[in-house]
Amino acid sequence: MANLKEIRTRITSVNSTMQITSAMKMVSAAKLKRAQNAVVQMRPYAEKLQEILSNVSSSIDTADNPFVKIREEKNILLVALTSNRGLCGGFNNNVIKKTKTLVREYGESSITVLPVGKKANDAFKNSSYLAKDNLPQNSASLWDDLNFENVNSLTEELMSSYENGDFDKIIVVYNSFKNAAVQIIKAEQLLPIVKADSVSENTDNTDYIFEPSQEEIIVDLIPNSLKVTFYKAMLDSLASEHGARMTAMHKATDNASELIKELKLTYNKARQAAITNEILEIVGGAEALNG
Amino acid sequence: MNLQIITPDAELFSGEVDSVVVPGSDGLIGILNNHAPLVSSLKSGQVKINNAGDEKFFDVNGGVVEVLKNKVVILAT
Repeated sequence: MANLKEIRTRITSVNSTMQITSAMKMVSAAKLKRAQNAVVQMRPYAEKLQEILSNVSSSIDTADNPFVKIREEKNILLVALTSNRGLCGGFNNNVIKKTKTLVREYGESSITVLPVGKKANDAFKNSSYLAKDNLPQNSASLWDDLNFENVNSLTEELMSSYENGDFDKIIVVYNSFKNAAVQIIKAEQLLPIVKADSVSENTDNTDYIFEPSQEEIIVDLIPNSLKVTFYKAMLDSLASEHGARMTAMHKATDNASELIKELKLTYNKARQAAITNEILEIVGGAEALNG
Repeated sequence: MNLQIITPDAELFSGEVDSVVVPGSDGLIGILNNHAPLVSSLKSGQVKINNAGDEKFFDVNGGVVEVLKNKVVILAT
């Protein structure tokens, strides 16, 4: 049986680990709440924008817009959204795995991967298909202060590289947020725009006055809706990260308390055995004297 | 009429107003009650709200406005 002191140190160490994991869980829960609020905040905007866009584009042909036009898929850009920090279960690995699958599917030669977040940076650091200098490199800092404006600069660069013809298709790989415990890995096509096949509910074709003109509004709105789409992916990923970390830390805390329970049992058994031994020795000694 | 100003990060304003002036890309557009349905893109400028003499201002950096059945929605960026 392990000696008493060893077990005692073990219990202390597991205890402090448990404190850390439960603190991390708490922090993640708070951050998750905030990230979730941001997702909810954003929803009315996205919905309204989509509604206006479909209203405006219903009567005119948008197929010639550079962002809508489908080109031959020669160069494909994968944007992999991961977090900067680990300890969140399979969150980052899932994205990396999915990205690698896609790379294999399309063939390495036609693909470029743009990592966002330190974990993806590390994973694709040495691969031949990593994004070159013509794309924004330091996007990991985006996660520190995630807001629409910061994300926009990245989206704008993506859009301009698409317009220039550097890429013919841009896919975003990210964790979409379902609930705190469940994240769904998604590979969403950002560009060219997939036309939402929403034959919208309110087809009460109101006669809108368009200023300046339908075409110009469309040209104005499409980049905006792209930004919103990408920003939504980022927000989703952030919320998923905190959700994933919360779940992971919750499990770790549970495991730690389970472990402590077992250790305490062994400790007490060992303690009792030691006491019994002592008593036996004393009784044995007394017997010998009497005998 | 009802006015909503929303950005992707937050809802800036929501409530009843008498009039609102928005910086349309072809010039300022004043919107009063019972305005005809309108969709206009915005350029950067100031949104001016008037509610019974009480004026409020918001700076926007472009966006789009939709007016429909006494409901004004400004999607600002």
